[in-house]
Amino acid sequence: MTRIFIPRDAAALAVGADRVTARLAQEAAARGLDLTIVRTGSRGLHWLEPLVEVETSAGRMAYGPVTPADISPLLEAGWLLDTSEVVNHPLFLGPTEEIPFLRNQTRLTFARCGVIDPLSLDDYRAHGGLAGLTKAVAMPPEAIVEAVTLSGLRGRGGAGFPTGIKWKTVLDCPDARKYIVCNADEGDSGTFADRMIMEGDPFVVIEGMAIAGLATGATKGFVYIRSEYPHAIDTMTRAVGIARRAGMLGTSVLGQGSSFDIEIRTGAGAYVCGEETALLNSLEGKRGVVRAKPPLPAHKGLFGQPTVINNVISLASVPVILDKGPEHYRDFGMGRSRGTIPIQIAGNARRTGLYEVAFGLTLGEIVDTVAGGTATGRPVKAVQVGGPLGAYFPRALFDTPFDYEAFAAAGGLIGHAGITVFDDTADMLKQARFAMEFCAVESCGKCTPCRIGSTRGVEVVDRIGRGIEPEKNLALLTDLCNTMKFGSLCALGGFTPYPVMSAVTHFPDDFVAAPVVEAAE
Amino acid sequence: MDRHLVSSDLATSVAEIVSDMKHLEGPLLPILHAVQAAFGHIPNEAVPMIALGLNLSRAEVHGVVTFYHDYRSHPAGRRVLKLCRAEACQAMGSDRLGDRAKSRLGIDFHQTTADGAVTLEPVFCLGLCSTAPAAMLDGAVHGRLDAHGLDMLLAEVGA
Repeated sequence: MTRIFIPRDAAALAVGADRVTARLAQEAAARGLDLTIVRTGSRGLHWLEPLVEVETSAGRMAYGPVTPADISPLLEAGWLLDTSEVVNHPLFLGPTEEIPFLRNQTRLTFARCGVIDPLSLDDYRAHGGLAGLTKAVAMPPEAIVEAVTLSGLRGRGGAGFPTGIKWKTVLDCPDARKYIVCNADEGDSGTFADRMIMEGDPFVVIEGMAIAGLATGATKGFVYIRSEYPHAIDTMTRAVGIARRAGMLGTSVLGQGSSFDIEIRTGAGAYVCGEETALLNSLEGKRGVVRAKPPLPAHKGLFGQPTVINNVISLASVPVILDKGPEHYRDFGMGRSRGTIPIQIAGNARRTGLYEVAFGLTLGEIVDTVAGGTATGRPVKAVQVGGPLGAYFPRALFDTPFDYEAFAAAGGLIGHAGITVFDDTADMLKQARFAMEFCAVESCGKCTPCRIGSTRGVEVVDRIGRGIEPEKNLALLTDLCNTMKFGSLCALGGFTPYPVMSAVTHFPDDFVAAPVVEAAE
Repeated sequence: MDRHLVSSDLATSVAEIVSDMKHLEGPLLPILHAVQAAFGHIPNEAVPMIALGLNLSRAEVHGVVTFYHDYRSHPAGRRVLKLCRAEACQAMGSDRLGDRAKSRLGIDFHQTTADGAVTLEPVFCLGLCSTAPAAMLDGAVHGRLDAHGLDMLLAEVGA
């Protein structure tokens, strides 16, 4: 019996993975072939999706992108025979793990993603799952926190705050009721790592949350998933049920006496709820309005109780840290950016997908070497790093290493590590305007610089675009961005100046209006 | 209060949803999701019932309903086509697709065709940034859309 692996990750479904699966099942039945189709997460080689893998004695062989029309010819070429006969097929990519895009990665957090059946706990265990939690249940809470601190793990949601310190703060609170909240409100364009891990390896998120619960004395966890991710919601909901039935969650985690359970919650389309305090308000059933800090969520978070709120990837990185030891994780990376980071290559790139690697690659290496430039074949004009609130980088800054501090020094941010590539047809004034417009639409309305500044920002950019007093309006835009940056309550208003000002600074030619021709109507 | 206008079906359904879910920690969003799933929107008449069930003011519930983009005040068309308009899709030409959809359907974003067949909505990121431009038709995702792919989706919704 041959096993065939086809992803059910949303990115693969969006380009026809279900149609490929249906055709294969149909053709196999018609030919009386003995095969098992395993639906996996995605390997993250998204430009090759639907990427189909065939298990052979020499390992898993990759083919892609496969369309339903390819199935019959592939079967006729001896696809399922354990031979090298189809090696000459144009879709043949060789052993999956040897594809350079995958071979050159360091997969710690995403080690199982795309490999296993996401909802098989046996598969999860067979590939190293539960090893971290098994160690954690035998450790005192302080030792778990110490391990996470030693690993150097910093919040992967964007802020980069040391995870261990956050956990220690909650552990030190004497309250009886504490919460673990997993922030899966991944609203930043250009990012999809949270979605991929929830769809491709949901148990690692659950395991990370359970470890966080043991480490801090929290007994209840929430995963707040954005409503735009129906596949992730479905997979996580089913995974929590399976974990509960298997004793991974419940009144006695792994039978060791500690209680921890998880509830999945769905967002309602507000980008600002990715901000941690707005997310907590939303979970409480309120408008997703940002809270002033202090008090920190670690002291007074969900329902006023001490709360660890971490991004999906931060939590999903914890099991491997416990399993392999903090030093193993810490030894990857550079400076104060330790471990690996799942870089998401999006937009107009030749090779799009997820690339988990130690910190330290330069932006140029990622864009030119890993991503292979643009999909359209035109020159790269700009890359936006870190989502809608991240700066646009020109080629002149491509020597910036992927590291929290280096990006901050270059006037940008890593954010959730999404990289959106634009070719030379991009109009940076339009992108700057969009950043302000997006902020205006999504502002929670609590603080003035964000609520009003963003609307005024759109107007000022429009005036520049129409050539109305450009110098005065550019000065005004700069001043407005300063006010938003330093006067806003959270990153939405505070970071919108990054895309705007980076566009102004690095692409000044786009802010010179063409001579105004009054329309004769 | 127009209580007499409240159909007993709606009252019964909302009361059931509220009583099923009010034990949850922070029950309001799950309740609103369930009400919208049942009726296709959040009927005005449901707001005071939910408020009463959760011991909140009508203003508080109204404030929450109107804060979130997902909650509808009116039912959508029979199909909902969401086109991603965020940066990664912009880099792959989503603006042109949006214009094409609007002109083919004869409506703007947030509008429904006159025959009630389809509602067109913008969405800011489906997380399909690596297979851009992306769209979602009801629950089904579509990536690497070009003009032809969009036309196929529009044909599917009868436009």
